[in-house]
Amino acid sequence: MTMQIMEGSMAIAETVKLCRPQVISAYPITPQTHIVEDLASIIADGKLDAEYICVESEFSALSACVGASAAGSRVYSATTSQGLALMGEVVFNAAGMRLPIVMGIANRAISAPLSIWNDQQDSIMMRDAGWIQVYAEDNQEALDLHILSYKVCEDHDILLPAFVCFDGFILSHVYEPVDIPDQKDVDRFLGPFTPYQRLDCKDPVSFGMYATPEYYLEFRYEHDEAVKRAGEAFKKHAKEFAKIFGRDYSELVTQYRMEDAETVIVAMGSICGTIKDAIDEMRAAGQKVGLLGIRMFRPFPSADIRAALSKAKRVAVLDKNISLGAKGAAALEIKDACYGMNIPILDYIIGLGGRDVKISDIKEVVKLCEAGKGDMFYGLRQEVL
Amino acid sequence: MRELRIHGRGGQGSVTAAELIATAAFTAGVYSQAFPAFGVERRGAPVQAFVRFSDQKIRLRSQVYEPDYVIVQDSTLIRDVNVFAGMKAGGIALINTEKKADYAVPDGVKIITFDATKVAIEEIGLPITNTTLMGAFAAASGEITLDALKGAIEDRFPGKLAATNFAAAKRAYEMIKGGNF
Repeated sequence: MTMQIMEGSMAIAETVKLCRPQVISAYPITPQTHIVEDLASIIADGKLDAEYICVESEFSALSACVGASAAGSRVYSATTSQGLALMGEVVFNAAGMRLPIVMGIANRAISAPLSIWNDQQDSIMMRDAGWIQVYAEDNQEALDLHILSYKVCEDHDILLPAFVCFDGFILSHVYEPVDIPDQKDVDRFLGPFTPYQRLDCKDPVSFGMYATPEYYLEFRYEHDEAVKRAGEAFKKHAKEFAKIFGRDYSELVTQYRMEDAETVIVAMGSICGTIKDAIDEMRAAGQKVGLLGIRMFRPFPSADIRAALSKAKRVAVLDKNISLGAKGAAALEIKDACYGMNIPILDYIIGLGGRDVKISDIKEVVKLCEAGKGDMFYGLRQEVL
Repeated sequence: MRELRIHGRGGQGSVTAAELIATAAFTAGVYSQAFPAFGVERRGAPVQAFVRFSDQKIRLRSQVYEPDYVIVQDSTLIRDVNVFAGMKAGGIALINTEKKADYAVPDGVKIITFDATKVAIEEIGLPITNTTLMGAFAAASGEITLDALKGAIEDRFPGKLAATNFAAAKRAYEMIKGGNF
């Protein structure tokens, strides 16, 4: 293992190269831009034998990926925020056509008002689209999840697309040490893409044809079953990944200092790092606090979460998104997963649109939770309301 | 863990400085992390970039609020931005200025004023002070070595540009080390 220090976007681009996608199509948008610029350079420099399809929009980018994937190619795209919103129709189509596309999401807030900064509203907006969704805590995980996602998506028992989500700017633009895997190890783990079926003039098939009322319900059922199977498939392939690369992602939820935790913080993405530092400080002061990190959001690992929270006295869910008029997306799911467990589960909408989250904020959330105060936006500036 | 905050203006290379300092620290065996204060990039506008140094893997993702070190690329920023915010006793503030001004700083913070612009113009031919200040930072803080800085600069810039930038960094390093500034 050779650790190198580089920007997150560059590390992701270098890793995507190792996965040997045959077609890449993407449209640049902040903060995803460096990834697709780097990939365009890699292909132009002849370091990856792939077609980079330049397009005029994200809608076309994902459409090109759909066509290329259906024709039997391993494909990659990356986007964020408004770009993902513009892709919307194709996002649902790609999943319904059961195409194993891997797409990086440099998580960013959604307009209006315009914000280029981080939260997770964009990928959460697509939670019902039938894609696998995984969230990285750091850049090592972001790049490893790209490799692992191809394996899971292309598994013939799964055949689904995946979002690999990493916080925009916070991870995409940070320089930190990463281990870029060896090409031969990635080749050994992934192998070439073997389509289950593909567009072929000599043996014609159709993808995404219309389904009459006699069939549509069954298509949706089978799609839902496949998404549900993806959790176990992820665990299985992650164990194989660990044998080759030495890093184990086989838990769909991560646990930090949970052994006797009375207050459990639940969160997704890079904020988990800051929370771990906060927990170390709180533990040193005698507070029994732990972290449950959600690595996989779709399929939602309800059983794993229920088991992990079985001894908790109270739960603080930190959501970098909001289903307006309801709650944060993770809180809604956690409440569903823990129905009947009779523990208070309180939601905190935090860090939207790039609002920085400090160790002191995490401690304040724990204080609020222990006082029974929650289901709120955390850190509102009252003077501007 | 030690933390550095760099204050500059858009176009002065503050983000590049943070990245190269982190790279130099990492190649010398320390965990490091560098990132900008993600703003709306405009030439001349106040910008910040951050570096963390640690003996352990760095997990913290918030911006830097209590820096051990501050670098100020442009002293005119001091009118508008509290560049010393959060500094504690024992901290070091490195300020690029031609004047020997007095600044109201927190107790125990060491101020080093230094004309990096002059060095940069003489060595590089441009008033771009980031690499000069990196050399001064290496000398003042001891967080990075001149050798590691050389590697990071050569890795980032092509031939002649690397040579002139490193010459500026080295001269600043020696000036600060020798108390000659």
